[in-house]
Amino acid sequence: MARETPEVNGGSLADIAFLLLIFFLVTTTMDIDTGITRLLPPEPEEEDKIEVKVNKRNVLVVLLNRSDLLMVGGEVMDRLALKAKTLEFFTNPSNNENLPEMEETEVQFPPGSSSLLPPDGIWRGKVSKGVISLQNDRSTTYGKYLQVQNELVAAVNELRNNFSKLYFDKEYAELNTANPIEEDIYDGIRKIYKMNISESEPKNIGGLN
Amino acid sequence: MSKFRRKKGKGLPRINTASLPDIVFMLLFFFMVTTTMRETEVQVRVTVPEATEVKKLEKKSLVSYIYIGRPVAHVARMYGTEPLIQLNDKLVSEEGIPYESIQDFVLFEREKLPESDKNRMTMSLRVDEKIPMGKVDDVKLALRRAKALIINYSARKEYREQGRTR
Repeated sequence: MARETPEVNGGSLADIAFLLLIFFLVTTTMDIDTGITRLLPPEPEEEDKIEVKVNKRNVLVVLLNRSDLLMVGGEVMDRLALKAKTLEFFTNPSNNENLPEMEETEVQFPPGSSSLLPPDGIWRGKVSKGVISLQNDRSTTYGKYLQVQNELVAAVNELRNNFSKLYFDKEYAELNTANPIEEDIYDGIRKIYKMNISESEPKNIGGLN
Repeated sequence: MSKFRRKKGKGLPRINTASLPDIVFMLLFFFMVTTTMRETEVQVRVTVPEATEVKKLEKKSLVSYIYIGRPVAHVARMYGTEPLIQLNDKLVSEEGIPYESIQDFVLFEREKLPESDKNRMTMSLRVDEKIPMGKVDDVKLALRRAKALIINYSARKEYREQGRTR
């Protein structure tokens, strides 16, 4: 009979495993990347550089100068007032002639998805033709620029969210685009409240140093 | 002999630690599997701004990173302290608007993606909040020319109290 091999001492196994464990604990980064996703406009081709005529009332000019001062539609404004201004611009609640035109539109939602919609699921209402033109100086700081972007996005998100809650009893951000019905709802809402933010070519706006 | 003899070995009984290695190994494997080693060394200092409307970046494989910031100390000795652009892991040395570097970068990154995802490639702009927009505008212009149109302004989540006015 073969001689029994002596048992290996397993007492230090825990120590070794601990050491490795601590190494991985320290090197692990569990960072989740967050940010604001935007779509850049494609670069215009040489031949189709046509001036698109946009009615003056349909444009809200948001300017950021080199000393990070914000001017919205001709008046100097605080960043926190920008959201309310954007909301007013996109909804035009008082049918003001200086605010954007509203266009009668039909948007198809999945039939039967909401009790507030007719049975065929077509929403009929007014959609703003407004466009926000965001312009910045080369010396504007990025932080300020992103804050302004954030306010504009926040305003549109709020409109979408209100609509979503009113009609579908669900937060807009919680619509699951993997589900085809909710994806149609999501796309429909995006047609009603468009993220019309145009970023012009960079230029020097100037301002006080 | 006393009737109440003291029990042998005072104090608590020893805990059996035979299963300790198993537990630790389990934890170890968990961390080994979830760890993603950062293969890029960020050579510019970036503090991303805060914003309230941030969303998570869903598929990491679709994302390429562009860092813009002032260089860290040992890089600054070579390149100076002016803001620099870093594409994933390499610094851009091109003068003016970096059309060529970004064109090459976009083509290279797009090549790595499967056919079905090529038009969903996202460029994450990790830009320091104190950088002047000029540099960012240059990059945006170059990205437009390279037809990489989905961008993500990287930002931390900012929590704002409801109805706060200032």
